[in-house]
This record gives sequence, C-alpha cells and structure tokens, in this order.
Amino acid sequence: MKKIFTTLLALCLLNTASFSDVKLGIILGFTGPIESLTPDMAAGAELAIDEINKSKHFSMGKVSGVRADSTCVDSAAATTAAERLITSDKVNGIMGADCSGVTTAILQQVAMANGMVMISPSATSPALSTVEDNGLFFRTAPSDARQGQVVADILKEKGLTNIAISYVNNDYGKGLAASIEENHKAAGGTVTISAPHETDKGDYSAEVGALAQAGGDILVVAGYLDQGGNGIIQASLDTGAFDIFFLPDGMIGEGLPKEIGSGLNGSIGTVPGTDSPGAAKFSDMATAAGFKSGPFAMESYDAAALMLLAMEAAKSSDSQVYKSKIMDIANAPGEKIYPGELDKALHLIEDGKDIDYVGASAVELVGGGESAGNYAQIEVQNQKNVTVAYR
Amino acid sequence: MDYFNALALIINFIVIPGLTYGSQLALGALGVTLIYAVLRFSNFAHGELMSFGTMICILFTWLGQSYGFSFSFLPTALLFVPIAVIFCVLYCIVIEKFVFSFYRKQKADPIITLIASIGVMFLTAGLIRFIIGPGDQSFNDGVRFIFSVRDFKNFTGLEQGFGLKTTQALTIGITLFLSISLFWFLNSTKTGKSMRAFSDNEELALLSGIDPNKVVLVTWIIAGSLATFAGVLYGLDKIYKPFIFLQMLLPIFSAAILGGVGNPIGAFIGGYIIALSELIVTFAYKRVLGYILPENLAPDSMMQFLATDYKYAVSFIILVIVLIIKPTGIFSGKTI
Repeated sequence: MKKIFTTLLALCLLNTASFSDVKLGIILGFTGPIESLTPDMAAGAELAIDEINKSKHFSMGKVSGVRADSTCVDSAAATTAAERLITSDKVNGIMGADCSGVTTAILQQVAMANGMVMISPSATSPALSTVEDNGLFFRTAPSDARQGQVVADILKEKGLTNIAISYVNNDYGKGLAASIEENHKAAGGTVTISAPHETDKGDYSAEVGALAQAGGDILVVAGYLDQGGNGIIQASLDTGAFDIFFLPDGMIGEGLPKEIGSGLNGSIGTVPGTDSPGAAKFSDMATAAGFKSGPFAMESYDAAALMLLAMEAAKSSDSQVYKSKIMDIANAPGEKIYPGELDKALHLIEDGKDIDYVGASAVELVGGGESAGNYAQIEVQNQKNVTVAYR
Repeated sequence: MDYFNALALIINFIVIPGLTYGSQLALGALGVTLIYAVLRFSNFAHGELMSFGTMICILFTWLGQSYGFSFSFLPTALLFVPIAVIFCVLYCIVIEKFVFSFYRKQKADPIITLIASIGVMFLTAGLIRFIIGPGDQSFNDGVRFIFSVRDFKNFTGLEQGFGLKTTQALTIGITLFLSISLFWFLNSTKTGKSMRAFSDNEELALLSGIDPNKVVLVTWIIAGSLATFAGVLYGLDKIYKPFIFLQMLLPIFSAAILGGVGNPIGAFIGGYIIALSELIVTFAYKRVLGYILPENLAPDSMMQFLATDYKYAVSFIILVIVLIIKPTGIFSGKTI
C-alpha cells in the first residue's frame, strides 16, 4: 500500500509540468521527411519559453511547452495530435505546424473548431494566405508567393526575360512555379515552358529534352537539391540545353555546387535569410543553449515569443482575446525587440508602451498575418554559394 | 544548314540518349529472357540483382579510390566490375540454392516461382538499403565528355549540336560486345548449345545426357554478369539510386516480351525499340520543325505527343499492345 502511494505521489510530482499556468503546444514533424530539422526548431521555441520563464514580468505564471508530432505529411495523424494538445493537454496556443499540408488540416479541422491561435514557423504555401482562419492563423515564415516576387525582381535586374521553369510535382513546386510565372509575366517577361518533374527518377533526359526545345535564357529549377533538381541540372548541362540556372530555396545547399562542379558557376538563387542583427544574436544564443540555428529555428523562436508577448499584452491566455494583439506586437510602432530581449519587452508592455517585435528573423507581419519575408540573394562562385545581397 | 541543325537536335536528344538507355534495357532484358528460357519463370528480382551488382561495384570503387586507384580518363568503377560480377553471381547462386531450386525440384507452377522471385526482390532491396542506404550515389570519376555540345558547335559552326559522354560511348560499346559474345556463346559452344537444348525440351535434353545442374549454374552466371554490367553502366551514365530499379522492371519486361520472351536477339532489339519509342513519343518537336519547315509554317506550340510524365506509360502501352496483338513478340518467343 505504501509503495503504491509513493509511486502515485512520485507520478504526481513528475507531472508538475502539466500544472503550469500557460501551456504552448509545439507541433512539428518529429518523424517524417523533415525530421532532421524539427529538433532545432522545437529547441528554438523552447528557448523563447525559457526566456519568458526567467523574466519576472510575465504576469500569468509559468509557461511550459508540450511537444506533439505532426509527421509533416500525414494529415490524419497531425489532426489527432493537435486534438490531443487541445483537449487533454489544454494548451493555450499552438506553435506549428511545420509543413503546409498538415498545417492547413490542423487549422481547418482543429484550431478553428476550438478557437485556438496557431503560429506556424515554416508553412510557406501561398494557399495559406487566403484560407479562412477567423483571425487565428499567423506565420513567421513568408509565403512562397513572396519568393516568386523576389525571383522575378532578380531576373528583371539581370535582364533575363525568357525563362523556362521546371518544378517538382508537389504543392511546394507547383505553388512556387505559379508564383514565379505570374510575377515574371507581370514584370514583362516571358515563360517559355513550365513543366513538372518527379523526384524519384534516375534519368531526366526526356524532361530536359522538352525544356530545351522550349528554350530560354535561364532555367528556373523549383525543386529539391538532392531529389530530382540535381538530375535536371546535370542533364541540362550534359545536353547543352541551359548554361545558367535559378535556384530557389529548395535548391540551396552546400551539396549541390559540390556535386555538379564548375557547370553551376554563375547560377543565381534565393534562400530565406536576413542581415538583421537578430539573426546573429539568435545564432549565439542557440549555440549557448546547445543546438544549431538551422533552417526555421529562428522562425520557431519568433513564433513562440510572439504568442507569449501577445498574451501578456492582452493580459489573457485566452486565444479569442490575445489573437488581436499579435499583429500589434509584431509590427511598428514601438521599440524594436531582438532575441534575448523578451524580459525588456515584457517590462515595456507592463509600462503600457508599444513594442515592435523584430526577433531573430526580422518579423514583419503583412496581409492576413504572415511574415513579409527576407531573402538572401545567392550567386554560385567557384563552386560555392555566396550571398551577394539581401532583399 | 537548317537540316543539319534539325538533325543535330534529334541526335542530341533522341538518338544518343535512346541508344544508351536502350543498351541498358537490352542488357537487363537479355538476363530476364535467358532466365525465362532456361529456368522457365519471370525473374522479378532481376532489377534488384542489377542494383546489388552495382552496389558491390561502388563499394569496391570507394575502397580502390582510397588506395589511389584510377583508370586514367575512364571511370575507376570499370576496374572493379569483374569483382562485382563475382559477388553478384555468388549471390545468384545463393538465392538459387535457397529459393529457386526448391521450386524447380517440386516442378512448381511458373506463377509460384514468379511470386517467390518477388519475395527475393524485396529481400534484396532491403539488403541493399541496409548495406549502402537509400540515398543516391554518384560514382563516375572519369572524364565526362568525349566531345561536348559546345565543342561540336565551335567545330562545325552550327546553331545546334550534340555531345557524346564517355559513359554513353562505353555503354553502347560494352553492350554490343557483351551481346555479340553471348550470341556466339549460345550458338557455337557446347555449353551454349546444351542450354538451348535444355530450353527447347527439358526431358529430351536430360535424356541426351545434359547435366541440368550445370545448365542452371551457367544461366545464373550469365544472368548475374549481365545484371551487374547493366546496373553499373546505368549508374555511371545517370546516377545510382536504389529506388529506380523497381521502376526499371517495367521497361525491361516490356523489352523482353516485345522481342519474344526466351529469345535473346528479341530482347536485345526490344530494349532499343522501347527506349527510342519512349523518347520519340515524349520529345517536343517545336525547334526541329522550325528548322525543317518554311518560316510561315513554323509551329508555336511545343509539338509534343505526350508529356514527359507519361514516359513509363509508353512502355506499358507497348506491352499491352504486344500482349493483345502478338503475345509471342516480334521474334516469336514463348508466351508468358
């Protein structure tokens, strides 16, 4: 009897985390296609939570994070996990989800039904800009529609008017290709062909054959650098179809210039990035906390920080109340807040002053509440990706 | 001049890639057809045997490279193909002993052996993923081009040109050599003749004193070697990707059936027909017609019969048509 009692007591003590006053659901694909990125993303969000907990100015007590697995691709599993966060863990907001497909599913089936605020750090599909969200959905990642605009700007500056597009046949590729095509045409350019490619083939000579016949000054490869995109580029160089390539974010990585060799020199690209002081600061903080400031880790930190600061500004952890404060916190006017300054931000809010949360990824929410997006312009020089400008 | 430009385009995008891909399919189809002729079942594991041989070749290439081996301007991997062939043949003999010999002794229905071969296929695929992992491996370290498109354009002054990769020339050359050797072996040596006899009529062959174990062994040796060569040449020319060998089964079987199952010459020619038709049907003829036709007739559209997404559908359609119209194939093989 005594043993059972001690065990029960121990279990209760272990569970104290779940008794904290404010809970944040962190739903990311801890298993699945982006499982290599999510640990750092979750660590980013938890870093923001720790910082809030260390501050004495957060009026709603202790904050804790509850992790759940979105799987990135399985909508049914993701909605079940989100449902669990809301009904059994009773979270006050959801930091997530990661991939565009599961994010849409969770938003429509769980978050809207329960009136729960969701801030995604990495869903980039343009469809999420226009989706019905009752003011509950935000993202610290830019929409791919914005990237299309940046790509079109760069192409125009370089005087490349005739472009051919080869995109990976999924939501990411289609959305990005459509956005590039639309923006490029609006800027007065022509798109000779926009054709899909699959990721799992060994031989892309037929696809490149069609692209070559359409011709163009440059080939935009809206794909993945180690799944198909590299094959398209290699086959284009082998057949002399194209000499330079445009590489959007999915194609930027150290591996590609190494694999293709000197043929890639002179190609240009874009990848989310900022020269804001917040990025460097966050990178140091991440190293100190023992994780890497990998892709979307900054956005995850910002998502969690925004949500908690909005709660403080609204003096409530109720989604319906604090959802309207998120845009105010994120945008001007007010004092600029960088990572590591959450204590200062809370203090300013307490004093009734405005803040402009800049964070690690230079957050500026536009439209229905998504990041305006900052991109680094890449040029491949001597088989290395070199950042030449920020946009 | 315009006609030369059109011709260069067709050579660059259809003829050279078609002959290369066709050679790779032909080597695969020869293996499938031999197994069918002698052992009387469709070996669905053949694609994975190609993958297995290539994997061994890559592993030895890495080892060799770490000791500083190289093969001047040719890919180092070619040096290690013989070792890969030995390993692949050994693997074939192991699966023969543990799986296929059991069903042959039982005189099992060919469909049962076929299902067993699917099991072997999954087992081999798993083994390969376990050893080398599911990622892509690029292992061609030789000189990339014999002459590139740019060299050709500079040399001839044409607007369009074609290039020839070292691996393309190697693939076509090695395939021709292997196929001719195989035809000679089957037609002129005693062992080859005994294999054909065994294939034609097993009972009669046994009565005339042909050792069935030897015939089976030789068949596996040939099939394993062809599979290794096909896989290595494909990997050198394109990329080694463990997942694509399952996709390649369809064109390989289409080639074997088109040529007539059990008929080596049929398999050889079938490989080229499948590869070329895949490219001819999915190629966009806009520029070619632009060169040939008078200016006012030049097309604006892409002039493409089928989108490239449907490349695999082409071999499937050919397969279905052959099975409906002439199930024995062009060179009258057996019916499956």
